[in-house]
Amino acid sequence: MIKTDGRAPTRRELLHAIGVMGGASLLYQAMESMGHAAESQFKGPPKLSGARPGASVLVLGAGLAGMLAAIELRNAGYKVEILEYNNRPGGRNWSLYGGDTYTELGGASQQVGFAKGNYLNPGPWRIPYHHRTILHYCKAFGVALEPFIQLNHQALVHNSKAFGGQPQRYRELAADWDGNVAELLAKAIDNKGLDSELRAEDRDRLKEALRDWGLLDKDMRYAKGLRTSRRRGYDRPLGGGVDAAPIASTPFAFGDLLDSNIGDIIAQHMESQHQTTMFQPVGGMGMIGKAFGKQVEGLVRYGAKVTKLDQQGGAVTATYTDLASGETRTARADYCVCTIPLGILSQIEVDASSGLLAAIAAVPYSNSVKVGLEMKTRFWEDDDAIYGGISYTDRPISMISYPSGGLHSAGPGVILGAYTFGAESYRFAGMSPEQRVQTALEMGSVFHPGRYKENFSNGVAVAWSRVPFTLGCCAQWNEATRKEHYQTLCAVDDRIVLAGEHASYVGCWMEGALLSSLDAVTRLHKRALEA
Amino acid sequence: MKSLFLTLVLTAAPVLAAQPAAPHAGEKIYQEVCQACHMANAKGAVGAGRITALAGDTNLAYPEYPIGVVTGGKGAMPWFRGQLTDQQIADVIGYVRTNFGNKYKGKVTAAMVAASGVPSPGRDER
Repeated sequence: MIKTDGRAPTRRELLHAIGVMGGASLLYQAMESMGHAAESQFKGPPKLSGARPGASVLVLGAGLAGMLAAIELRNAGYKVEILEYNNRPGGRNWSLYGGDTYTELGGASQQVGFAKGNYLNPGPWRIPYHHRTILHYCKAFGVALEPFIQLNHQALVHNSKAFGGQPQRYRELAADWDGNVAELLAKAIDNKGLDSELRAEDRDRLKEALRDWGLLDKDMRYAKGLRTSRRRGYDRPLGGGVDAAPIASTPFAFGDLLDSNIGDIIAQHMESQHQTTMFQPVGGMGMIGKAFGKQVEGLVRYGAKVTKLDQQGGAVTATYTDLASGETRTARADYCVCTIPLGILSQIEVDASSGLLAAIAAVPYSNSVKVGLEMKTRFWEDDDAIYGGISYTDRPISMISYPSGGLHSAGPGVILGAYTFGAESYRFAGMSPEQRVQTALEMGSVFHPGRYKENFSNGVAVAWSRVPFTLGCCAQWNEATRKEHYQTLCAVDDRIVLAGEHASYVGCWMEGALLSSLDAVTRLHKRALEA
Repeated sequence: MKSLFLTLVLTAAPVLAAQPAAPHAGEKIYQEVCQACHMANAKGAVGAGRITALAGDTNLAYPEYPIGVVTGGKGAMPWFRGQLTDQQIADVIGYVRTNFGNKYKGKVTAAMVAASGVPSPGRDER
């Protein structure tokens, strides 16, 4: 029995009680069922085997989900063919390099002018350490990874309503935020505000912890001094020789911190999907798509636009347009893994249950715009000591991100100059690519006035609502559509199963696409063996 | 003071001289939201899938149809109820129905959007 003086037990108290009474394994089970211990559902490759001789699978889409399905099913013994709209593998896993041409819907074409080795990742750009599936296959397929720097204390935070619109260092804002919150909490304890919550002994222990966490002085104040400057930085840093002694910096007023919205920025970095360590492939996210593509070499028919999917007569037949010749062709197999994004699939004539068709039509796609700005020099490194990471702003670009690759090298670098959300994505997508680049350049210059526009060399902009092969970023589920359609969307429908980030709860991440794919092929294989 | 006076005179002058056609209330909404997909000329586009052309779209004949699509979404297109007010939705539908070669009659009002629009679903998950 948990003693809680009449109130409902907290999660911690519950777990503690289970730990005491049932031992560690029961505690771990309970933590798992509450979603707090295991961070991945990946249990290793499915190791499928024993496909019936001659059995075949048609895979629609050579994105990560489709290619992984093809790889695992081929390993199980199936004859596999992939149809892909683009002329490259990878789908949304994609990097734009110098020399590439990208034509969006509406016809606007961009020639990427980046220097050799530089790139923009229009889609995925970072991999959390607990996305075990994508990490597993990166290692298996020889994709070299390097750290992706998410949190950089030296990066900037800009809010038009704070500090007269002057950006400030994340380090100073975050240090002062913690310090002020600690001081306020200590005051609440002293004013007996927590007497009903905590026993006297715990109030004392909390105050001691607050003193260390918030760098409070003997009077429990967060005050200007060398102690707080060790975290937020000095007016004159420690040196050598005659003028070596540091000079303390002055903390910001708490009202300014509230205006800066630093609490929300800190929270961005705290999400489990943004926690240390994050990764990126060396040379661009598109390296993953290329590596998967090598694994399915010879199996993919590129430039194939699927127009119809039929499953009559004991087989699946896809009708497609061969984009190079304009000819209408068909591909036939015993089963089909369809990874076509739902917004596009909803426009294709699909022979499936009314429930699946309703599910396909029920999920809209989000939008976002990313802009890559190549700068002639890495002034953010040379002048500001910012190596990777993200500077946030309340302007429509929402952030700029400094490259995590090629750190401390000479020569040009590409800044992610815009990553838009919500209404701003539509505003940006409605512009011409050139306008998007110019707007991003203008808005981002708030972080590095006098150097941003001055060092600009060339740029490229991708608006996902106009990306020909997806019509948006990712599937946008909500509680109601999940409840009504999600299980139907994932279920094997006679001979067809859907896979992709849209058939996962890790939506918009490559991990979701891969987990969905592994689950789908495992169920399809079972279905094929039972047939 | 003198320059302020001059500015007032100059800006007031055209209003006194002639009544220039005020831009349609839906025009800005179209540019900042709809043309992200439907394009500045409302001709849509075709790739692996298709973005509907609103220019010459016979589905616009009855306002109930575009009201249903804009408030409830359709396929890849998200719902815009909750992001746009009923008045803004009425304005932009009115704008599209009378531009891009479309000449449909009948004013679209916020009351019509309120009456036949799809309720906004939750946006809790993305």
